[in-house]
Amino acid sequence: MPGFDVETLRGDFPILQRTVRDGRPLVYLDSGATSQKPRAVLDAERAFYEQHNSAAHRGAHQVAEEATEAFEAARGTVARFIGADAGEVVFTKSATESINLVAYAFGNASAPGDLGIPGADPAVTDRFRIGPGDEIVTTVMEHHANLVPWQELARRTGATLRWIDVGADGQLELSTLDDILGERTKIVAFTHVSNVLGTINPVQEIARKAAAVGAVTVLDACQSVPHLPVDFASLGVDFLAFSGHKMLGPYGVGVLAGRRELLEAMPPFLYGGSMIELVRMEGSTYAAPPQRFEAGVPNESQAVGLAAACDYLSALGMDAVAAHDRVITRAVLDGLAERSWVRVLGPPDAEKRTGAVAFVVDGVHPHDVGQVLDDSGVAVRTGHHCAWPLHRACRITSTTRVSFGPYTTLAEVTAFLEALDRVPDIFGVAV
Amino acid sequence: MDLYQELILDHSKHPEHAGLREPYDAQTHHVNTTCGDEVTLRVQLDGDTVQDVSYDSLGCSISIASASVLAEQVIGHSIADSLKTYDAMHEMLTSKGQIAGDEEIIGDGVAFSGVSKYPARVKCALLPWAAYTDALAQAGVDLNNLTTGSEV
Repeated sequence: MPGFDVETLRGDFPILQRTVRDGRPLVYLDSGATSQKPRAVLDAERAFYEQHNSAAHRGAHQVAEEATEAFEAARGTVARFIGADAGEVVFTKSATESINLVAYAFGNASAPGDLGIPGADPAVTDRFRIGPGDEIVTTVMEHHANLVPWQELARRTGATLRWIDVGADGQLELSTLDDILGERTKIVAFTHVSNVLGTINPVQEIARKAAAVGAVTVLDACQSVPHLPVDFASLGVDFLAFSGHKMLGPYGVGVLAGRRELLEAMPPFLYGGSMIELVRMEGSTYAAPPQRFEAGVPNESQAVGLAAACDYLSALGMDAVAAHDRVITRAVLDGLAERSWVRVLGPPDAEKRTGAVAFVVDGVHPHDVGQVLDDSGVAVRTGHHCAWPLHRACRITSTTRVSFGPYTTLAEVTAFLEALDRVPDIFGVAV
Repeated sequence: MDLYQELILDHSKHPEHAGLREPYDAQTHHVNTTCGDEVTLRVQLDGDTVQDVSYDSLGCSISIASASVLAEQVIGHSIADSLKTYDAMHEMLTSKGQIAGDEEIIGDGVAFSGVSKYPARVKCALLPWAAYTDALAQAGVDLNNLTTGSEV
């Protein structure tokens, strides 16, 4: 394995030492749902509570100053990790909230009345106005979190939702892109990496074509930031959303990175304390970004934990993490290819994917496959993985998915394949 | 594995009374939202008797076998007896492995006793039963006056 020693690294993850189902070692292949967390992340959260806990951006006392510093330092760390400026990083509670934030900003910008952002460039704010005749473009391979908010925005505003299909090779049918995009396109929302197929999409190409028609691009980076080097500035998208808990960080924290020019002209989503400039009974005006989008006392300990996760991944090196992921992905693809009774979804080439491999065993329901694997201590996800339309497009109801982290070993891949070999026998499938 | 007893595998491979049949008094469609499994179920009543239960089940071995056992246990029985079977199945499935189930009441349903130790799978086994009780209600059966009082 290049870059870092996986066995040494595993010592940093307390949960990987435990056993399940009558003493079997835990083979955790469900990192696409949520990753495990190293002690450094858990310690960072605890240290914040034990030493600096106070409400950030409030309070006239030393501990409040320290809490504010820790929170803002976390913002800086996360920004550096994804190649953004600190002022472009908004902390949310989840990637789902990050995407809803953008969707609701569009909805709010489209409602009548003063938006309460007097310094904003009206021409840029106009980009967030959407209504009948306008189009929102997404793809069939999206996680529900990057689909349902756009369906609802279309419903509320009278805009039309359009989408890019997925081909049999598990890749977006980008030949249709030029037909789908046009001057009516206001938003192009798509995923960097499919949480089911593992497909890595050509972000720059899509972003360039979307920008050419003046559309705002929103990238779901939940499955890329944990596995690949991600540079917000060079990807060319306007917004990028990801969650902390899938990248070794804590629950309860997500990130929305947005281009400064757009954040400055975008109305808020959640309203209340912390995000205001002036409040009068007659109406209010709102703070500059990123505070404009962080109503309420922020999730400080989680942000600090997420920064610790960024530091942990940076120390490994994201190039090394990506290389490790390719080794694991290739081993899984090779192993499954040897089993004629298994059908893998997505690109067969490990270079074109990352993070996860979903498959079906013909004649056996994924729930049953997952149960047999669990009996051997192998933890996987079964179901539609919050990507129901993608499964329908593949003409299946659900899949079994193995997904990886930097702590995944080749020995675990072998354990998974051996456990999988129990399936045909139990369910009477011809091999 | 105590989950996949032969009876369950047999029922899932060769489900009894499978397929949708005419005539019917009510039809329901229930979905397990976590995995997308679906069951469409019809009931045909004749007075106080369950004349037919037909179904189309798209799901795992547990939910298909459960639909098969359900049909086997309720067809030709009184509505009240079928609800007693439901209560007994429900009690066993939600007992976390504490209640083995009475073969006199639930027949092949006893094969599902292992399912109750796997909380994520209890829903699979209950899916056809939820569709069944819902179908009875839609057919005009007053469930509250017939059940022994456990939740539906």
